[in-house]
Amino acid sequence: MASTTVIDELKKSQIIELLEQGKRIDGRSLDEHRPLVIEINAIPKANGSARVRLGETEVICGVKIQPDRPFPDMGDKGIFICTAELLPLSHPSVETGPPGPDVIELARVVDRGIRESHMIDLSKLVILKNKSVIGVFADNVVVDYDGNLFDACSYAATAAVLSSKTPKWEMKDDVPTLVEGGESTLPTNTIPVSVTMGKIGNYIIVDPNGDEWNSMDARITITTDSNGNICALQKGGSNGFSFEEIIKCGELSVKVGATIREKLKQATKGGK
Amino acid sequence: MGGRDSTLVLLDENGIRCDGRKVDEPRRIMIKAGGLKNADGSAYIEFGDNKILVGVFGPRDVHPKHMSNTDTGILRVRYHMEPFSVTERKNPAPSRREIEISKVIKEALEPAVMLEKFPRTAVDVFIEVLQADGGTRCAALSAASVALADAGIPMRDMVASCAAGKAADTIILDVNNEEDQAGQADMPIGYMPSLEKITLLQLDGVLTPAEYKKCVETGIHGCKIVYELQKKALNDKYFGNGEK
Repeated sequence: MASTTVIDELKKSQIIELLEQGKRIDGRSLDEHRPLVIEINAIPKANGSARVRLGETEVICGVKIQPDRPFPDMGDKGIFICTAELLPLSHPSVETGPPGPDVIELARVVDRGIRESHMIDLSKLVILKNKSVIGVFADNVVVDYDGNLFDACSYAATAAVLSSKTPKWEMKDDVPTLVEGGESTLPTNTIPVSVTMGKIGNYIIVDPNGDEWNSMDARITITTDSNGNICALQKGGSNGFSFEEIIKCGELSVKVGATIREKLKQATKGGK
Repeated sequence: MGGRDSTLVLLDENGIRCDGRKVDEPRRIMIKAGGLKNADGSAYIEFGDNKILVGVFGPRDVHPKHMSNTDTGILRVRYHMEPFSVTERKNPAPSRREIEISKVIKEALEPAVMLEKFPRTAVDVFIEVLQADGGTRCAALSAASVALADAGIPMRDMVASCAAGKAADTIILDVNNEEDQAGQADMPIGYMPSLEKITLLQLDGVLTPAEYKKCVETGIHGCKIVYELQKKALNDKYFGNGEK
């Protein structure tokens, strides 16, 4: 995906020509995201899961919940870790091996958005202070690529967390022991929604698809919470934004985020 | 991060922060251009208790060769922290955090560097954090711009960088380590002051839309302060009474 071919160059000039007429290559308006399909409990063996299609981009997220040792300076908090991985079947250019900088950034931005929104109330995930806490691991795998993995992974992880059921543990003889029938939903405070925007020339477009992704000068991912506040942000790409563009992107992320949040709520209603 | 409870008073009733600064006051900043003999360009920055050394090589041949681009030069950035730079010894192998910071700094510098003038070559920027105290990526980016200019690489503008954030419900300039740990938000900004373009922007922490706007404005104000010091560093080396 990093390499640009002649076809990409031709598509780029077509994308720019269309933008000048206020149009996009797939017919969307500039602030319109692609169709979002969220299917929860795609992986019944996980404690929570979701399969998300954002246009042609497809991500599966599974949540595993298990007792763990707390971080040394966070003895009174549970653990939340979110990862993301590009599978080799998602695109011909993806190779096996350790993740490159793009994938590492992807995983960290998705994790940060959910973490900084304080979506999961980690203080309620303590089994015994400083000794044992509940760890929530949300692992995203990208199975099909068509741009904007940031949002697809973020929605998958959020939907998977919302639909998760956590088992209950109690300390017995210094070991966390499973309590039968103690399942409950994860304690959550808010629903974070990330919105990624691309900048092509002087145009800002929401949710760039694969062709647009290859043509972007720069991008920005902004995560908002249920109160319409901004809780995480990452700029990327080899160009800059003006102050006015940054403010506009902030407003777009709140607006588009609100409609996506409703979809996440609808899809996860009822839980597992 | 995330408003953890702490006995530390981040902002007292007189509007003075835990290290004695006002809300819109950056830490002590010292930038020096040059200093390394073998590097084509170099810079050293002290930003509060951060101490960071940057060396630039190039434009030079690309190894491995397949990375070279026939249309343009490429920029490569390595941000690395010494094992002794933080309280608990850091594993010297590059962490995921360091790989991400290398990438965002590279992308913050690319708009400024006229790489298209040097096809098939690479410009390598090596950033070594000798001592870290919150805000290393901003200090590193500011120093890297000076080092690139010191190497004589054509640039459209400098990239100046400073963080803004929120602690004790107040928007503050230049978040230090304590404020980062116990505060409510941290927003590093990289800015090209002449072209008025934001080239690095990250945020963690919750901000209302109004605070978001104020935070970006505050950060840009900080970048302009850093910019003056960057120019002074280059001026001192090339026109002043500095060495050589």
